[in-house]
Amino acid sequence: MQPLTNALSTVQIRSALVPPPASAKQISSQDWPRREPAVTLENVVKDYKTCRALDNISLTIPQGATVGFVGRNGAGKTTTIFTIMGLIAPTSGRVTVFGHDMKREAYSVLHRMNFASPYMNMPARLSVRQNLRIFGQLYGLRDIKKRLAQLAHEFEIGDILDRTLGTLSAGQKTRVSLAKALLNEPDILLLDEPTASLDPDRSAWVHHRLETHRRRLGTTILLTSHNMAEIERLCDLVVVMRYGRIVEQGTVAELRYRYSATSLDDALMRI
Amino acid sequence: MSGSLARIGAMTLRYCYLLRSSWPRLLELIYWPAMQMLVWGFLQLYLSENHSSLAMISETFVGAVLLWDVLFRGQLGFSISFMEEIWSRNIANLMISPLRPVELAASLMLISVVRLLIGMVPVSFFAFALFGFNIYGLGFALIAFFINLVLMAWAIGLAVCGLVLRFGMGAESLAWSLVILLLPLCCVYYPVWILPGWLQTISWSLSPTYVFEGLRAVMIDHVFRVDMMVKAALLNAVYLTLGLSTFVLLLRNARKRGALIAIGE
Repeated sequence: MQPLTNALSTVQIRSALVPPPASAKQISSQDWPRREPAVTLENVVKDYKTCRALDNISLTIPQGATVGFVGRNGAGKTTTIFTIMGLIAPTSGRVTVFGHDMKREAYSVLHRMNFASPYMNMPARLSVRQNLRIFGQLYGLRDIKKRLAQLAHEFEIGDILDRTLGTLSAGQKTRVSLAKALLNEPDILLLDEPTASLDPDRSAWVHHRLETHRRRLGTTILLTSHNMAEIERLCDLVVVMRYGRIVEQGTVAELRYRYSATSLDDALMRI
Repeated sequence: MSGSLARIGAMTLRYCYLLRSSWPRLLELIYWPAMQMLVWGFLQLYLSENHSSLAMISETFVGAVLLWDVLFRGQLGFSISFMEEIWSRNIANLMISPLRPVELAASLMLISVVRLLIGMVPVSFFAFALFGFNIYGLGFALIAFFINLVLMAWAIGLAVCGLVLRFGMGAESLAWSLVILLLPLCCVYYPVWILPGWLQTISWSLSPTYVFEGLRAVMIDHVFRVDMMVKAALLNAVYLTLGLSTFVLLLRNARKRGALIAIGE
């Protein structure tokens, strides 16, 4: 198992591409090998006192791709996302975003990235408008008022703009969190379980918004999820992780084919 | 540079929003310094009316308590504003934004001065109304005292925030306790010569000591000791460098330990 795991973890995603399913055809996969990489991880290791969270991860994510990180709890999905953002420094290895080393040049690219997670809060005692205004200013937006109006319309948060964040429902908070993540129209959007705690209707609405955004701006999206239907719908590429390693990767169609599975869920059970 | 100023402005605005959102918090900024000032003001009144030999010395008490609060509340305003980010689990959001650690520190410095002014200006007027003590009568000396104390407050605040990043919320009580260590050492209410020799050495290595000695020099001897203010400023440059280095290094360490995500839990 060990040699196979290591071999797979060093394979670059773009070399494994086959044409994606119809639902993910906004950006032609044929272009990917020629595209500049948005994110590159080279032999990334993350050790904590008692465990190895990331074990020699190597990955190249082409611009414009939507990549889903899947695996059990503790597999290293969220750690990978946080390492790409520079929130966690790797023990060894190198992370680059648009060619910038995240250890030394993070501030050259952080304004082109953003993140949303239902597990990371914004100040609860501030109103939605105040929170978004502050983040807008942090991300260097020129016309914050105009952008807020666009996002309020897009994410249907116009009626809650002046409510404090602490008084909102989980669904409303998720919409605000996504609005914050799209404030700066990021080139790379990182999402940690973006629809956790949402009902199916609202989840579908979020998926639609993300697809629209990607279609419009060609954003590279990296997301973690336990919801395989979500991964199947949104992602061009899937990275399967276990015990901090990449154990499988490819398009949804490829994974289903390789494991003779009827769904991604089924394929994951067999990996 | 303008981007940097905009980010500092954004964070300062965030802390102002937070202050505005809770009137008990605003009131609290005035409440504690006012209580301190009342206790020391009445003690000063008692001593000056019943022990005429102590009158001159006791007159410095209200001034000393007001200046001590500049150091204490200045540091508290810095540290608590930072801890608001941790309590609201917002620190990770900030650390993945283009906000640089130095810009965060600058905004914390600004808000600490805002909080200080909200608390101390009304209390200084109470001191004048109740005890006839006019701190503004110190003139230029007051500006020198204020700047030196605020610089030290920021240096301690930076170190406290770094330690909270390193040791988690278990270290949050440092925001209140660390600066109290300076209360006996900086000789707020008594002159340095009263301390044992070895403690005097420590005392003279702390910049606030020069401010409180300077205050007594102005009020008792009517002399403004420029030399003391210069020494205080030089020491503050050292302490600020140490404070900022501690903060930046321990923030880097928190990234290594993955602590920025779990720190509010």
